[in-house]
Amino acid sequence: MWEYTDKVREHFLNPRNVGEIKNASAIGEVGSLACGDALKLFLDIDENDRIVDAKFQTFGCASAIASSSALTELLKGKTLEEAEKITNKEIADYLGGLPEEKMHCSVMGQEALEVAIKTYRGEPIELHDHEGTIICHCFGVTDEQILRAVEENGLTTVEEVTHYTKAGGGCGKCVDDIQRLIDEATGKVAACEVPEPAARPTLSNIERMQLVMKVLNEEVRPRLKQDGGDVELIDIEGHTVKVALRGMCTSCPSSQLTLKNVVEKALQEQVEPELTVVEVSQ
Amino acid sequence: MTTIYFDNNATTKIDPLVLKEMMPFLTDYYGNPSSMHKFGGQVSSHIARARHQLASLLNAQPDEIIFTAGGTESDNTAIYSALEAQPGKKHLITTRVEHPAILNVCRHLEQRGYDITYLGVDEKGLLDLEELRAALRPDTALVTIMYANSETGVIFPMHEIAKIVKERGVMLHTDAVQAVGKIPINLETLPVDYLSLSGHKIHGPKGIGALYVRKGATFRPHMRGGHQEHGRRAGTENTASIVGLGKAAELAQLSMEIENTGVKHMRDTLEKGLLKAIPESIINGDTESRLPNTTNISFKHVEGEAILLMMDGFEIAASSGSACTSGSLEPSHVLRAMGVPFTYAHGSIRFSLSRFNDDKEIKIVLKELPEIIKRLREISPYKDEEGAEAPKRPCTCS
Ligand SMILES: Cc1ncc(COP(=O)(O)O)c(C=O)c1O
Repeated sequence: MWEYTDKVREHFLNPRNVGEIKNASAIGEVGSLACGDALKLFLDIDENDRIVDAKFQTFGCASAIASSSALTELLKGKTLEEAEKITNKEIADYLGGLPEEKMHCSVMGQEALEVAIKTYRGEPIELHDHEGTIICHCFGVTDEQILRAVEENGLTTVEEVTHYTKAGGGCGKCVDDIQRLIDEATGKVAACEVPEPAARPTLSNIERMQLVMKVLNEEVRPRLKQDGGDVELIDIEGHTVKVALRGMCTSCPSSQLTLKNVVEKALQEQVEPELTVVEVSQ
Repeated sequence: MTTIYFDNNATTKIDPLVLKEMMPFLTDYYGNPSSMHKFGGQVSSHIARARHQLASLLNAQPDEIIFTAGGTESDNTAIYSALEAQPGKKHLITTRVEHPAILNVCRHLEQRGYDITYLGVDEKGLLDLEELRAALRPDTALVTIMYANSETGVIFPMHEIAKIVKERGVMLHTDAVQAVGKIPINLETLPVDYLSLSGHKIHGPKGIGALYVRKGATFRPHMRGGHQEHGRRAGTENTASIVGLGKAAELAQLSMEIENTGVKHMRDTLEKGLLKAIPESIINGDTESRLPNTTNISFKHVEGEAILLMMDGFEIAASSGSACTSGSLEPSHVLRAMGVPFTYAHGSIRFSLSRFNDDKEIKIVLKELPEIIKRLREISPYKDEEGAEAPKRPCTCS
């Protein structure tokens, strides 16, 4: 059960400003049924760019409805310039806070507002085509959205980013990209510096031997041992690593696969890409 | 006001008779059943009785019952036992709609080099048995298929499944946590090797369960230590809970009739009433082969958590397959596997009844829920539109 504040409950049970505005000055629509929440924000804006009325329709959970209600309350009476400055954090604060996992509901409110204002000003509304590239394909979240959530809310972990933007909450394939964005935003990596694989120094024979032994002992052998197998380093000649398979591996019909997929792969990735592994009988 | 409890597939109320049976073992009879004195030793006869009661419910032999700490432990034990006993076999078959106690073990095994076949289900939540037949391989160590689904109540044809699997000499486990006590199970005629059950789903205590291991089936213990349970599950017995589980099994056997008449009738009244009163509502899962206590209904264009919270205002407790109730962002894996469209998947509510419910409670839900759905649909931007319109975000989560 979620820990909702009384204010969230109250705004969920008695949401303010539900409905449509006929001939609204601006409409902001975000989310979709597939994503599990969607918000349609209607604004009535006077000639002085002041929001005289705001209404919403929301499909979503209790906190999505409460966030929409809070947003419309925050908006009424504000000029567009003031409204523009509203962050998702303000929406959440208005409600006395939201559970971490539900912060994306407040982000949805802030995004709908952004879309509405852009529509009104005649700026391009295809938010995502014009603001960065999609990182999370499950929920269609862009790098810009992630960076913004990170900066405005001081996020430091992928989990937090998922709570705030949903990014990474589907198949999870993008979590590394999200981590990269967090590192970028928090200054661990300079933004322009795409983390290219660092150029490897060429290894001396001794260094190579030591590294190979380290990877074999620390990674490869424990993995094989789980299945009752083992591997022994016999020799290294140039870029050829000679090993002997032991234990279950000797009788295992897929031992050649193990050799290539496990042993060679680990060594290529962690020592030198040029390495090949061959089996010798000893 | 007391809670109207329609979440019995999540957990159940302890039957007062079960509690009564347990109390002495939480007070006076605290002895260790393994002890060499009368004071402890007398407890062991009560454990033996519980084993009998449970065996009787399943028409099994008492020594085929191993007490565990619940459904999750039974599931884990069954899978690891089958794998350890057949180290050369690296393939498992299961379904996409299992409980996480199976699915997450399988995912973990995949990382350790095992090959897992996840059988799909059709839109009614039913398996294609030909797919099962085709998936069996010489290196299949275990087939693990749940007896009945916790979310939809759909019952899998375990006798047919067992026939197919045992014909090929492959080991078979069934997670019967949701089926036990709700439908008759006869292990004399059903040739599964392992079967899991859990106490807190049958009006017994939490943290206790059992694994049935067919006589002659290979078994490797998951918990090693003392010689309890004949060395098959180490650890000083949870005596009070074991006694409680035994009593719960006895009562389940006595209530089987009620479960399939009275409880079923209440479920049907609730279901029919809701479908009639609420437009654009559908039942998820096959209605023929289904537990008598469960109905899973989806309401188009509303979100499950919002429904639950509004029902909570009327002290009505149920559960939802909506993403927002699970902490994950995706709706229920079971409904997804069935291909329930997103317009409905987010708005699913599961009502699971028990013999402790009554007609009055059904009436209250039938009165309040249509209003709740109406209110939420008034808030929803989709209410007027037929089907989902093109998502504004390029959402590809299908
Ligand atoms: C089908 C199924 N299997 C396993 C479990 C886990 O049982 P327990 O809670 O006793 O560990 C449950 C209960 O949530 C269940 O419904």
